[in-house]
Amino acid sequence: MLAVRSLRKTYGKGAVAVDGVSFSVEPGQMVGLLGPNGAGKSTTVAIIAGLVTADSGQVTIAGEPLRGDTDPKKRLIGLVPQDLALYDELPAAANLRLFGALYGLSGTELHEAVGSALVLVGLADRAGDLVKTYSGGMKRRLNLAAGLLHDPHILLLDEPTVGVDPQSRNAIFENLEHLKARGKALLYATHYMEEAERMADRIVVMDHGRVLADDTLAGLRAQAGGNGGTSLESLFLSLTGRSLRD
Amino acid sequence: MQASVVAALVRKDLQIFFTDRRAVVLTLAIPIAIASFFGFVFAGQGNRSEAAKVRMAFVDQDGSAISQAIVAGTTADTAVEVTQPPLEEARTQVQAGRLPLVVVIPKGFGDAAGRAFFSGAVRPELQLLTDPSRAAEVAMVKGLLTGHVMEAVSQQVFSGAQGRTLVEEGLRNLDANGLPPAQRELLRRVLTSAQDLYQAQAAAPTTGARPALGVPFAMKEDVIAGNATVKYNGYAHAFAGMGIQFALFAAIDLAAGILLERERGIWKRLRSAPLSRATLLVARGISGTLITLLTLVVSFAFAAVVFKVPISNPAGFLVVIVASAMMASSFGLLVAAVGHTPAATRRVAMFVVLVMVMLGGAWVPSFLFPAWLQNVTQVVPVRWAVDGLDAMTWRGLSLSDVMLPVGLILACSVACCAAALWRFRWEEA
Repeated sequence: MLAVRSLRKTYGKGAVAVDGVSFSVEPGQMVGLLGPNGAGKSTTVAIIAGLVTADSGQVTIAGEPLRGDTDPKKRLIGLVPQDLALYDELPAAANLRLFGALYGLSGTELHEAVGSALVLVGLADRAGDLVKTYSGGMKRRLNLAAGLLHDPHILLLDEPTVGVDPQSRNAIFENLEHLKARGKALLYATHYMEEAERMADRIVVMDHGRVLADDTLAGLRAQAGGNGGTSLESLFLSLTGRSLRD
Repeated sequence: MQASVVAALVRKDLQIFFTDRRAVVLTLAIPIAIASFFGFVFAGQGNRSEAAKVRMAFVDQDGSAISQAIVAGTTADTAVEVTQPPLEEARTQVQAGRLPLVVVIPKGFGDAAGRAFFSGAVRPELQLLTDPSRAAEVAMVKGLLTGHVMEAVSQQVFSGAQGRTLVEEGLRNLDANGLPPAQRELLRRVLTSAQDLYQAQAAAPTTGARPALGVPFAMKEDVIAGNATVKYNGYAHAFAGMGIQFALFAAIDLAAGILLERERGIWKRLRSAPLSRATLLVARGISGTLITLLTLVVSFAFAAVVFKVPISNPAGFLVVIVASAMMASSFGLLVAAVGHTPAATRRVAMFVVLVMVMLGGAWVPSFLFPAWLQNVTQVVPVRWAVDGLDAMTWRGLSLSDVMLPVGLILACSVACCAAALWRFRWEEA
């Protein structure tokens, strides 16, 4: 469904953010994109979402490359950015109506999509409230709802659980499990090991803009020569080292 | 470009604008309040109601008939308000900024002025104590004073007691004044004729006008601003200037809003949708235009109802305010394109707007600027907008008269949009 081939991106005076990154995500699969701060995860997600133009390499959706800002294939992608990309001054439903309209939804279709998304994330009873009255966890759930409103085939999640309480995090996981079961392809960028361990079918470990490993959890453990009890965090540290990052 | 997407984005901007009711009221009320104040200050002159008088003081150390006539003549002038404090008090008032100038008539001024009138003797000096920050008022009083001094001196010379003494003295000293013989004889005749005039006045006193040298004309003023049906209204220019200024302030809010969206990550969501860059900017441009248009419409509606500001050409007025709103909005897009953080951008843009508004003549009439600066104001878009609004209100001109400024405003808008599209930071890492 989503294939990334040899992506490279440099900033400013040649600082390499992404260097030869390749991986793929199939329908009904969640790929965990792991890496320390500055590893290149967010830049990779931004390139796939069309927010940043790669210097070289290719992103294909269902076998077709993305071409430009208005490529209709962008409708197949839903983005849940790390930021709470919501209008605090508007009610939740108004936010979703706007984001749905951006993807061409209108009338009954839009109304139903907004209702379904709010039910999915457990915010239907607060649909008319201003977002600024929401708790952090509620905003995170609404942020997720905004990304899947237009029923995309691919969902890009960039650290979607930052700063939320365990209940909201659990609710988000349940939503994602549900989406995976519906055949969606999920790319989940995070540096929370336990999230990837719990949810991901495959794990791509990045550092310094490069892919260091791309395998199932069991495969990673086998590569590291560890037994079944080796934690993902130990594997991660063995791959990326223990030096502090910015 | 999808119309439904543009409409959704515009609706969102308007919803956000109207969500904060207090901000909306302030956005609309502040330009009205400031324009009303400026209009009140300047409308007095235009409406020929109470124009402010220039305050000045005399210190008459001479006490002669001539000096008293100078003080009396100036006091009767409607353009000034005259007081006569003691010298030290007058000096203190100038230092404190309460008076622009004090005229000190030194002892012996009357006699010396009379002698200088006939013989070319050394001219006596009036001492002016002036406030350097009020040059315009000082210049105006100097002009008035010249007329009143000439009138007082000549009147005394030809008909007053002091004049008789001076003429007699002049005749006595005629041979010693150094003039060539032929000219000396002519002056003798003038002085003798003056003596004859005194005798004739003494024999048949009259209450009518006495001979004097003064300003030999009067002025009749016909106001030609506006047409037969439209009269000048000082509030019109004030509302034009403040309206444009606050339209530009609204544009700064538009720019700050875009930058804030980027800071909050919302721009990522917008950019990830299948939308062209032009769609995103055009939607912003339209909502910005509508909000600035609202500012202008509410301001002028208030001015028309409360201060009777005439909208002499409604169609032309609509064209000018729509073009001005588009210019303000496109300026906002450009600010957003070159800005970084909302706070820093707001400060820089505020400075730019205030300079443009000042050069555009919205605060201070541009004729007060140096000549080179007046030329510079010809290329300031605010000037075109204010001129256009003046033309469609109190000047009573036709739509064709504003086609040039409207064309320039629209060209400026297109240039700003193009620059914004070019310079906008589209990448969202």
